[in-house]
Amino acid sequence: MASAPTATELLERCERLFADTALDAVRAWKAAHPGRLAIGHLPVYAPRELIHAAGALPVALQGGGDQVDIVKGDACFQSYICHLPRSTVELGLTGDLDVLDGFVFPSTCDVIRNLSGIWKLLFPQKYARFLDLPQAFDASTGGRFYRHDLEELGRELHGLGGLPPDDGRLRASIALYDDNRRAIEKLYALRRETPWLCSSDEAFLLVKAGGVLDVQEHTALLRAFIDAAGSRPRKREDRIRLLLIGAFCEQPPLGVLRTLEKSGAYVVDDDLNLGARWLEGDVGPSQRPLEALVRAYLEQSTWASTRFEHDEPRGAQLVKRVRRAGADGVVFAAPSFCDPALLDQPPLQKALTEAGVPFFSFKYAENTGQFQGIREQAGTFSDSLKLWGAA
Amino acid sequence: MSQPQGALQAAAKAPPPAAQKDSSMERQKQMIAGHFRALSLAKETGQRVAYTFVPGNLTELMHAFDVLPVYPEINALQSAMRQLSAGYIREAERLGHNEDVCTYVKCDIGMLTKGNVGPTGEALPPPNLLLLSYTGCFTFMKWFELLKHEYGCEVAMLHVPYVAEGQPTADARRYIVDQLKAEVIPKLEKVTGKKYDEGRLRALLARSRQAEDDLVWVLDSAKARPSPIDAYFGAVYYVGPIFSAFRGTQDAVAYYRELRAEVEDRVLKGLGPVTPDGTLTREKYRLVVEGPPNWTHFRDFWRIFHDEGAVIVASTYAKVGGLYDQGFRHGQADDPLESLADYCLGCYTNLSLPSRVGLLEKYVREFQADGFVFNSIKSCNSFSAGQLVMLRQLEQRTGLPGAFIESDLVDPRYYGHANIKNRIESYLQMIEQRR
Ligand code: SF4
Ligand code: SF4
Repeated sequence: MASAPTATELLERCERLFADTALDAVRAWKAAHPGRLAIGHLPVYAPRELIHAAGALPVALQGGGDQVDIVKGDACFQSYICHLPRSTVELGLTGDLDVLDGFVFPSTCDVIRNLSGIWKLLFPQKYARFLDLPQAFDASTGGRFYRHDLEELGRELHGLGGLPPDDGRLRASIALYDDNRRAIEKLYALRRETPWLCSSDEAFLLVKAGGVLDVQEHTALLRAFIDAAGSRPRKREDRIRLLLIGAFCEQPPLGVLRTLEKSGAYVVDDDLNLGARWLEGDVGPSQRPLEALVRAYLEQSTWASTRFEHDEPRGAQLVKRVRRAGADGVVFAAPSFCDPALLDQPPLQKALTEAGVPFFSFKYAENTGQFQGIREQAGTFSDSLKLWGAA
Repeated sequence: MSQPQGALQAAAKAPPPAAQKDSSMERQKQMIAGHFRALSLAKETGQRVAYTFVPGNLTELMHAFDVLPVYPEINALQSAMRQLSAGYIREAERLGHNEDVCTYVKCDIGMLTKGNVGPTGEALPPPNLLLLSYTGCFTFMKWFELLKHEYGCEVAMLHVPYVAEGQPTADARRYIVDQLKAEVIPKLEKVTGKKYDEGRLRALLARSRQAEDDLVWVLDSAKARPSPIDAYFGAVYYVGPIFSAFRGTQDAVAYYRELRAEVEDRVLKGLGPVTPDGTLTREKYRLVVEGPPNWTHFRDFWRIFHDEGAVIVASTYAKVGGLYDQGFRHGQADDPLESLADYCLGCYTNLSLPSRVGLLEKYVREFQADGFVFNSIKSCNSFSAGQLVMLRQLEQRTGLPGAFIESDLVDPRYYGHANIKNRIESYLQMIEQRR
């Protein structure tokens, strides 16, 4: 019997998947599953269960990170637009995304909304679907609209060559993703409780791997890591505990996360890869699984800058999250030119100030290569917290 | 994004030469003054006030409840035309708002912090209702979240789905009507203490339709040679009443009737458009423009074009508050709420990029344009993200080269006059050489 993989081996696999911007893993999956579809989706949230129930592989596209040279993408976007769409277009134009049979663009912001149109203009032969996630969270309004939209999406995937919509299959897919969500939450709990056993860049890589892996394989990978993490030869260090917020769409380069950890902080919670954690808790078994998916969206969506703040102010929710994570402070890390993340900062910072929670902030692009400024900021922040308990 | 009412306000302060002053302009000036007077008296009269956005606005519905609308976008552009926006933006940035975000939002927040003083010099009344008609721009939602924290008043959210596939779906229409019934109307009833009166709404929509017919006639008049109007710089004045507080009123009907008569007269006389420096006498270039104008240097910006004899014969900006020229009319649908839904869905920035390119191509052909200019606005992802791809598509489809310039709506730091002037002049020379 083969021995269980070590944490290092699992992380090496995730690093390879992270570097695989040409989606070789997806190509391999398709070769192993002839006739099945692979459907890409942009951040933040897309109902992967529905894609999975069509027998397709949902593939999370989050830009090209710092690994893609931008040649053509820059010609499509002005300098004052965030980086994610330009690397996504670059990957499209260089053929790296050809393996995908279709694309879903959720209504995250105007940039991703317009990217859906760019896709139609640049790649007219590809299926490009805008998914209008409702901002009205009432079952009779937004719920009804969303259910119809999902039914339509299911039919369209079938038209593309996917399996026809089927309650039994959707129920099974929901169960698999519920299991996956539980594994991700367990990983985050591990970080909250023993952050020295899993750094934030490692957690990022582990969750991100789920963007291209089959869901069961990903869940198994997470569980294997959680099992193996306890035997890592790592000691607790005297570091402050940070909550990182604002990085829910364009992802920071690994160097940003590593810099924060090297500057005397454990990042114990974050909103990286937020799509994978969007639904809080299980969707659960249901006789009417599509209804259940809709209800989960309406009632269990996490608080996010891309959702309208209907009820409890986001600031109060952030303070609660800080407390739950046992964080000493907050780092606002937002992509440059990201209206949703940046417009949220003043009210969130006000709420933190009133609650006595220190914070600092910086902006990044997915291909930022200089971390000196972040190192200095984070270092000063953590030193002052350690010395005086306040930044 | 928009809005022209403020342009008019500023223009009314410093009108074109007396001989050029049309009576429609005088009428619009009176209408605006009356509106701001009513706002300043709202506290005494007890009239309820709603803050809302221009694209997808529910003006007739608000009138049906005797609610006075305030448009923060208009406040922002008015501040820019009165050279106050730079200070307001600075103030918002001092409060922690990031340099990267939409400057309309920052201008409004800065103005609010400084007492929310409107163009008449009096403070605008605070809202009883924030009516978030979320059409065509995600940032609207964030903007009203910020205002929600400031005012703590009632908020009604109307999510208008994006028209991603060329045509609105029946489901999208139903979703809007459902929200109007379940969210917007009950909130209006709550803040006003009045019952929804469908008959009254129908009557308002019928008046909107009359005014819209005349506006479309005016916009279409630019097909004539020479064009009697400038359909971008001039049109921001013309669309003012219909994009804002006056749609559905008898005042708007009278204004558009008068405007149309004036433009008819110009066509008969073969006159070109009125500019701040008088009538343009020689139309040399006919252009289509995509994107909003810069407000801080509005006249300088306009002058770059009219100095060279360039007339804008069609613009997408004049469609942000409704695509009337493509056939939509309020009250067309039998059900008045469905009519409002159709209106919200059809505003320009709620259209997909392929539809936007298609519309621009149509304008270039139907208005016999010599070329087109994209004014890309730093603030505005809704308009700007994808414009470079749109430009290339339009060049391919029309066989004409286009010009691409960059500026901002209300942040003067991003308006480079010399640079823009050079670009436009070289572009016009290129058109000349290709003749
Ligand atoms: S980074 Fe921000 S602005 Fe850019 S696509 Fe993502 S949410 Fe939109
Ligand atoms: S992003 Fe554009 S449309 Fe939206 S508020 Fe700003 S200027 Fe207006």
